This record gives sequence, C-alpha cells and structure tokens, in this order.
Amino acid sequence: MLKELFHKKRHYATLGQPATRPVPASDIPKGLVDKCKSCGAIVIAKELKKHLFTCPHCGYHFAVDAPSRVELTLDEGSFEEYDAGVTSVDPLSFPGYPDKVKKAQKDTGLLEAVVTGRGTLDTEPVIIGVMDPRFIMGSMGAAAGEKLTRAMERAAETATPMVLFTASGGARMQEGVLSLMQMAKTSVALERMHEAGVLFVTVITNPTTGGVSASFASLGDIILAEPGALFGFAGRRVIEQTIRQKLPDDFQTSEFVLEHGMVDQVVNRKALRDQLSLILRVHARKGWTSAD
Amino acid sequence: MPTELDFEKPIRDLRTKITELHELMAKSGVDLNGEIAKLEHRMDDLSRDLYEGLTPWQRVQLARQPGRPTTLDYIHGICSEFMELHGDRNFRDDPAVVGGIGLVEGKPITIIGHQKGRDTKENIHRNFGMAHPDGYRKALRLMQQAEKFGRPVVTFIDTAGAYPGMSAEERGQSEAIARNLRVMAGLKVPTLCFVTGEGGSGGALGLGVTDRIFVLEYAWYSVIAPESAAAILWKDSAQGPRAAETMKISARDLKELGIADDVIAEPLGGAQKNPQQMIATVRKKVIETLDELTRLPIAELLAARYDKYRDMGTFVER
Ligand SMILES: [Zn+2]
Repeated sequence: MLKELFHKKRHYATLGQPATRPVPASDIPKGLVDKCKSCGAIVIAKELKKHLFTCPHCGYHFAVDAPSRVELTLDEGSFEEYDAGVTSVDPLSFPGYPDKVKKAQKDTGLLEAVVTGRGTLDTEPVIIGVMDPRFIMGSMGAAAGEKLTRAMERAAETATPMVLFTASGGARMQEGVLSLMQMAKTSVALERMHEAGVLFVTVITNPTTGGVSASFASLGDIILAEPGALFGFAGRRVIEQTIRQKLPDDFQTSEFVLEHGMVDQVVNRKALRDQLSLILRVHARKGWTSAD
Repeated sequence: MPTELDFEKPIRDLRTKITELHELMAKSGVDLNGEIAKLEHRMDDLSRDLYEGLTPWQRVQLARQPGRPTTLDYIHGICSEFMELHGDRNFRDDPAVVGGIGLVEGKPITIIGHQKGRDTKENIHRNFGMAHPDGYRKALRLMQQAEKFGRPVVTFIDTAGAYPGMSAEERGQSEAIARNLRVMAGLKVPTLCFVTGEGGSGGALGLGVTDRIFVLEYAWYSVIAPESAAAILWKDSAQGPRAAETMKISARDLKELGIADDVIAEPLGGAQKNPQQMIATVRKKVIETLDELTRLPIAELLAARYDKYRDMGTFVER
C-alpha cells in the first residue's frame, strides 16, 4: 500500500540523541550543505559523505541513493550492473504515470527504482540489489519486480549470496494489481533460492513498508535494519484511524521491530559493511560437516 | 431478503408493480395475467441490461453485499463432511480466517479462507474478515499440514485487507504475509483460490499464491482499495468510483491482465441473489480443476506455478 508513506508530523530528537521516530526519506543530500532532519545541525556535504551519510553530530541516518549505496557496500570497481535497461510501461493507461516515471528517471539518472548487479564485498562474491527511495518513493512495479526476480534467479543458479537493501513505500499503485503480483513473483523466486540453499540477506532502510515489507524484505535468512528506519506493513495514519488512538513515537522503527523479534540486528551504517562481510564469510566457509 | 443497492431500484419498482397487480387480480377477479407477463418480461430484460452494464464501482458495491456466501458457506456446500481446525500454535486463533479438513466426493481436501460475519455481531467477532498475522499463520500451518498428507488446498479470498492495527504490526503482519507467499510458491500439492468478494491487496494475496486463480464475476482484486486509492490520488476518498475504473480491478479486467485464470459467472444480480446456485457453481469448478491439476506430476505443477508468477507484469527492456 502506498498510503501514508512518510509521517507528516516530525519529531526532533535532542542533540546527540538518535531519532526515536523515522523522518522523511525524501531528502537525500543534494547541495553543498545539508540540514540534519533529526538534530537540525548544518552539515557540509563532504563531511556527510565521510560519515557515510550519517549526521556527524547525532548519528541520524540520511537516505542514500542506489549508486552511493553500491559504492559504500562493494569492493571498489567490482560492481557489474545487471539489466540496467529494464524499465516500466503503463499497463493501465494510468493518468499521469508515464510523466511520473520520466521525471523520476530524469531526477535520478536511473531507469527504475531498483539497481541490481554483482560484485565482491571483502572479496566475497555477492549479488546486490538496492532500492532507490528517490524513484517514485522506491515503489515496486513490474520492472523493479523483474529486475529483482532475475537477480534472485542468478543467485539461485550460481549459488551466490544476495544482499538486498530495501527502501520502498510498497507496490506501485499506478500499475494496479500487476504491481501487487510482483510480491508473489519475487516470493516465488525466493522460494527457489531457499530450496537451493542460497543465502538471502535483507537490509531494511528508511522506509520499508506495504507490499515490499510484506514480501522479500521480510524473507531474508538474516534481516538487518539501519537505525531509525521505518519498517512496517500499514501506514501510521491508517492504523491510528483504525484503532482510534495515538501510536507511540517509536512505533515501527527498527528498534521497535527488533524488540518485537522481526529483525536480527539494528546496525549502524558505519558498521554495516563489516557485519555483511562477516555474514558472507560465515556462509562461504566450509566448517564442521558430518560424514556422509 | 438481501438488501438492495440504489442502482437496483428500477428492478425493485417493477417487482413491486407486479406484486400489486397480483393483489389487484386476487381482489377484483379481473384477469391481469397478460399485463403481468408483459411486466415480467420487461423486468427480465431490464435486469439483464442492468447487470450486464454495471460500472466497476457498482460491481465493488455488489462484491460487498451482505448475503453473499461466506467461506464457511462455501465450505459446507462443497464438502460432504468438514471439520474446522483452529489456531496458529503461536499466539491465538484468529476468527477472521477459517480453515480445516473435509471430504469432497470422498476425497480429502484442505480449505482455508477469510471469514466475514453474517451480521454486525459476528462481523465484530470476525473483525470484518480482516486478518491479523495469527490468521495468516493458521493458514500456513494448515497448508503445510495439507502438504504433509498430500491433499490439495483450496482458499477463499474475501477481505478488504490485512488488519491495520497495532498488535498486528507488533506480531509481524508483514512477516506473516511474506512467509505465506514464499511457502505457497513451493507447496507440493495442487492449490487454487477463489476471490469471492473483496481482494484487498497483500491481505488477499497472503492466501492467493496458487496454481489457479478464479475470480467471481462481481468480485474485485486490487493493490489498494478504490477509496484508499482515491484518497491518495485525488485527496478524496469519495472518488472511489473513479478509482475503481482507473485501477482495473473488476473480474474481466483481471482476466485481461492475465491475473485471473477464469471468471466464475454469478447468478444474475450477484451471488447473494441465489447463494445455493453460486455455491454449486464453485463446487463444480473445484472438482473439475482438482481433477485436472492432479493429472500432473508435482514437479510439473511446481514448474508451471513458477512460470505463472514469473510472467506476471509487463515491462520493456532498452
Ligand atoms: Zn543530526
């Protein structure tokens, strides 16, 4: 569901404290200076990049575009992109949709909301997928579903682990029920990976909701989440209207879902690469194995 | 008598007129049979035209009519004997999802579905057919049980959506639905689903990754309920009718989009006008389809299921 992607009300944590509630992911650092959405500090772009797009003052995690995420994650120069030419059509002749896609393409330089490919991380081979929150809120239509499915199929066929960074408002409404079915399509591919015994790791970034949350994001063998990321099925406003009460500020944050058992760890972006490296090395090593 | 919708008024008016003529004839002794026959003929024509020409929104309204058969009605109409099985073995029994084991023509079957209430009191108990994670986990347990014993799984989908509540989120609504999608993809028994009323987004799909997808004539299936789509698109949930059109959520659209394998014809005016006829149609379809699917070896069935979902959605490659 695309309902209520981002919160209208903002919560500003006090200086030095991490945000207890996710803030909109729409502001990827663009200019020379940027204002931290959590503590309000003015941060120089160069400084921000040095801190892996986290606030040097309060640790708030800024959103990361897909190309930067690939760069932060993989060994330098190891990335080979898959299926960069796959892009959306307008299956329902939905008013305004083609223009929306064109604008997103122009703004991001990408053809779709997800980038896939292969590379190495500390020399371990890995297939990577990164959803870009700038591209129609990272929503999943048939093109994104196809790219992810192909990446999963390659992972299953070549027994290569896959790491997927999620950031999405859910299924892309403008493609109607066909976008809903991308949840099924990717899950069917993940079942193949599962049967083949191939590792699938998801990293939940802000925000991961709706149809993406209720499909591959929740199907990692290991699920990591960045601090303060929104991770849930239904939107906050929808829930508040349904239950007619206010939700706690930290509702559906990484820390909240960790406490409720839905993710394995909340990992600071600065530690993320090392943790992924460890996970890949653990799964690449042959160890004690029982005799045949 | 099921309640009727505004657009059904012309038919209702004619029916009233016919009743009046019958009464008048009884009272006065004047032969009005000719008049009555004419009116009945007109009513038939009118009904056919009206229901044939329904707008997508009118279909949505029909899909939500009380009096349509619920999952338990289908279950008891399809099975000669049935036993309901409760609980997810994790937390609780979710009344919004029902399931169990039974016999159809002497053959074992597992049936699972969303369960709406027949009246307000039962609807509150059933949470209007909107499941918590516990409902999806009960379904999962029953599907895996069916797989263990090699019996086919039939699901009935009729939900406005998975319940958007606090406890549902705390207990992992996303995880519960996601796991069902993946497990259903690999379930080593024939599976089919019927969208009998409302197919609301992920909450519907959580029971819907099956070898065959059948959609009843007036049912809808969508990534988002039309009112919610309207609220996002035009900031006005009253524009549901427009969204119902734009989103292509009717049975015929679903067939055209390659989602529905078949559209199941409803009695004229909807399943609620003749529940017994509707249930009989569905029962026949269940038996026919399982006869067909069980002729395939499981490996072929799973390969075909993979391809079915693999091919969903259109895109271009530059
Ligand atoms: Zn800050």
